[in-house]
Amino acid sequence: MNRKTLALGIASTMLTLNVAQAATEIDFWHAFTGRLGELLNEQVETFNSSQEEYKVNATHKGNYSETLNAGIAAFRAGEQPHILQVFEVGTATMMAAEGAIKPVYEVMEEAGGDWDPDGYLSAVKGYYTTTDGQMLSLPYNSSTPVLYVNLDLLEEAGIDPGVDLSTWEKVGETLDKLKEAGISCPMTTAWQSWVHLENLSAYHDQPFATKENGFAGVDTELSFNGPVQVKHVEALGNWAQEGKFIYTGRRNEGGANFRGGECALFTESSAGYAGVKAEADFDFEIRPLPYWSEVEGAPQNTIIGGASLWVLSGHESEEYNAVAEFLKFLSSSDIQAQWHQNTGYLPITTAAAEQTREEGFYDENPGTDVAGKQMTAKEPTPNSKGLRLGSFDQIRGIIDEELEAVWSGDKSAQAALDSAVERGNQLLRRFERANQ
Amino acid sequence: MEKRVIFRGKVLPLALVFPQVLITAVFFFWPAGQAIWQSLFIPDPFGLSSQFVGLDNFRYLLSDPYYRNSFLTTAIFSLSVTFLSMGIALLLAILADRLIKSSGTYRTLLIWPYAVAPAVAGVLWMFMFNTRVGIVSWYLGKLGYDWNHVLNGGEAMGLVVVASAWGRISYNFLFFLAGLQAIPKSVIEAAAIDGAHFWTRFRTIVFPLLSPITFFLLVVNVIYAFFETFGVIHTITAGGPQQSTTILVYKVYADGFVGQDLGSSAAQSVILLVLVGLLTVIQFKFIERKVHY
Repeated sequence: MNRKTLALGIASTMLTLNVAQAATEIDFWHAFTGRLGELLNEQVETFNSSQEEYKVNATHKGNYSETLNAGIAAFRAGEQPHILQVFEVGTATMMAAEGAIKPVYEVMEEAGGDWDPDGYLSAVKGYYTTTDGQMLSLPYNSSTPVLYVNLDLLEEAGIDPGVDLSTWEKVGETLDKLKEAGISCPMTTAWQSWVHLENLSAYHDQPFATKENGFAGVDTELSFNGPVQVKHVEALGNWAQEGKFIYTGRRNEGGANFRGGECALFTESSAGYAGVKAEADFDFEIRPLPYWSEVEGAPQNTIIGGASLWVLSGHESEEYNAVAEFLKFLSSSDIQAQWHQNTGYLPITTAAAEQTREEGFYDENPGTDVAGKQMTAKEPTPNSKGLRLGSFDQIRGIIDEELEAVWSGDKSAQAALDSAVERGNQLLRRFERANQ
Repeated sequence: MEKRVIFRGKVLPLALVFPQVLITAVFFFWPAGQAIWQSLFIPDPFGLSSQFVGLDNFRYLLSDPYYRNSFLTTAIFSLSVTFLSMGIALLLAILADRLIKSSGTYRTLLIWPYAVAPAVAGVLWMFMFNTRVGIVSWYLGKLGYDWNHVLNGGEAMGLVVVASAWGRISYNFLFFLAGLQAIPKSVIEAAAIDGAHFWTRFRTIVFPLLSPITFFLLVVNVIYAFFETFGVIHTITAGGPQQSTTILVYKVYADGFVGQDLGSSAAQSVILLVLVGLLTVIQFKFIERKVHY
C-alpha cells in the first residue's frame, strides 16, 4: 500500500466517522411503561430511522411524579434531558421555572420551517399556552373524562339500554332503579377530583380558581366551593350513603370493578378505553360525561388530563433543531392518528382527528369520538380552558381527603369543600412565595 | 474485675476513631446541617431562586392542625407496630424454643416474611383486604362485617399496622429465639424443681434475662416504625382516608416529592430529627435502667 492510498484510506475512514458522529443526539425522559411505553418507543424508532441527522434517546424514568422529580434533580445537577414529559398537574411548576424551560413556540421559531400552532385542538392546546396564546409545551397524551356504561347490567335491572344518561338528574333516576334491582355497584369513579370537581367546574363554566383558573397569575385563589360544585358533591355524597355510588379509592381502582362487570356506570378517562375493550366481556358503551341540566351554559367543554412535553433550557442550538424536528414529527397527522386510535388519548391536531374519521375508525369503534366531541363542541372559556395551579398534586390530595369525609358521611359537602379551599389556598400562597 | 485496654500516646486511638467520625460527618452531620439550613428558606423546585423566611416554615407547620394531628397518628401507629410485632415474635419464639421435632422447618417458615420488601408486603395485604375483590374482606362480608378501609380511618390504620408489623415479626423472632436459647437450661430446671410454674418462671427468670434483647428490639422497632414503614403506607392507603394514616415521615415525602415544597419538607425533617433524638434519649435514660445485663 503506498502512501497515497493510505492517506486516502485514513481520510475516508475519518469522513465516515464524521458522518456517523454528525447525528445530533437528544434525550427524552418519559413516564410510560407497558403498552404505552412500547407505542412510544415505536414512534421514537420510526423517527430515528426516518433520517440520519438526529437521534432521540428515550428513557423511562418512573411514574409521572418520579419523572418530574428526575427532571428537576437533573436540572439542578446540570444534566437535564432535552425533552421531559410532565403531567398536567405539573404545568404550573414548569411554567413558573422561567430559567429552566425553553418554550416550545421559541424552539419552533428558532428552528424555522413550517409549524402551525393553530393546527392543534384549541381545547387541548389551551391548557399549555399563555394568556396571549403562546404555546409553552407540546401536548402529547391528553384525555378527558367520559361515562362508561355496562349495558348488560342495565338490561339485567330491567332498564332500557338506550336510556338517556346525558344529565345527572337522569343518572340519579337510573341509579335508583339499579339499586332497587339489587345491583351491588350502580356507579363508581376514577380520579374523583379530576372528574367531579375540575371537569365538573369547566363543564358548567364555573371557576375552579380565580385569575382564569391560575392562567393569569400565581396570586390565584381556589373557588371550587360554589353552589354548583356543592350541589354535585352533595348529590354524590347522598348516593354514597345510599349505596348507589361506590367509592373505591383515589386513583383508578374502580376500573377493576367496572371491567369485572360489577359496576353499571363508571366515570373515567377516555384513555381507559383500551383497557375496558380488552377486558370487558359484556356490552359497554361510551357516553358523554353527564351535566346538571339546570345550570345555565352547561354543557360547556371538559378539560384534559395526561401529559405534555417540555423542552428544558441549557443545550446547544443544533440540539434544539433536533428537538423541533422531533416535536413536529410527533404532531404529524399519521403519527397522531395512530396514537389516538391505539390508546384512546385525544388526537392533538384537527388533521389527525379528520384523518381518523376518514379512515372510518369512529364508525368501527362507536364511542371513541365522544371525548373529542365533548372537548371541541364549544370554544373554551376562561373557566374551561384548563387549570394552572401551583402545588396542584398536593391540592388534589387535599381534595381527595375532604371528599372522603363526604362519602363516609363525616362532613357536609359545603363544609368539606370550604375546608379544601382554605387548605389549598395556603399551599398556593407558599407556591407564590417560592416563585416570586 | 473490669478489663481495660490503655493506649499509650494519642495518634493511634485518634487514627482508629477517624474513619467512624468521617463517616458520621459525611453521612449524618453534613446532610443534617443542610436540612437545618434549607428549613429556613422557601426555594423553588428548580433551585433558581430561594427566599429566606427564617422560622416561617416551622410556624406554618405548627399552625396546621393536620400536621399537629399527625404526631398523634405517628404515636398510635409506631406504638401499635412495635408492640404487635414484638409481642407476637416473643410468643412464637417461646413456642419454637420448646419445640424439638422439625423446629428447623418452623423457624425457616417464620423467618420468611422478613425477606419481603415493605412495598411488596403492602401490596400483598392491600390485595387481601381490597374492599371489593380481597379474599379476607370477602370472608368478612360473609360474616356480616362490611370491611372498608378506603373510607374507614380506623380500619385503614389497623391494616397498615398489621402489614408493617407482619414483616417485622420474623426479625424480632430471630433475636428472641437466640436470646431464649442462650438462657442456661439449668437455671430454669432448678426453678422447676423448686415448684415454679411456667408463668412464674417466665416472669421472674426468662423475661429479665431477655431484657437486653427486648430493649435493643424496642429501640430498633420504634425506629423502623418511624422511618421504614413508608412503603407499606404508600402502597396501601397513601396516607388516607382523610389523613388517618399520614404519619410524619409520609408527610415529608408528600410535601417534598409530590408537592415540591422543599422548605416545608426540610423543616419537617428537622422536627423529626429532634423528635427521634428525644425518643432515643428517653429510651436510654429511663427504660434502660430496667435492663439487666
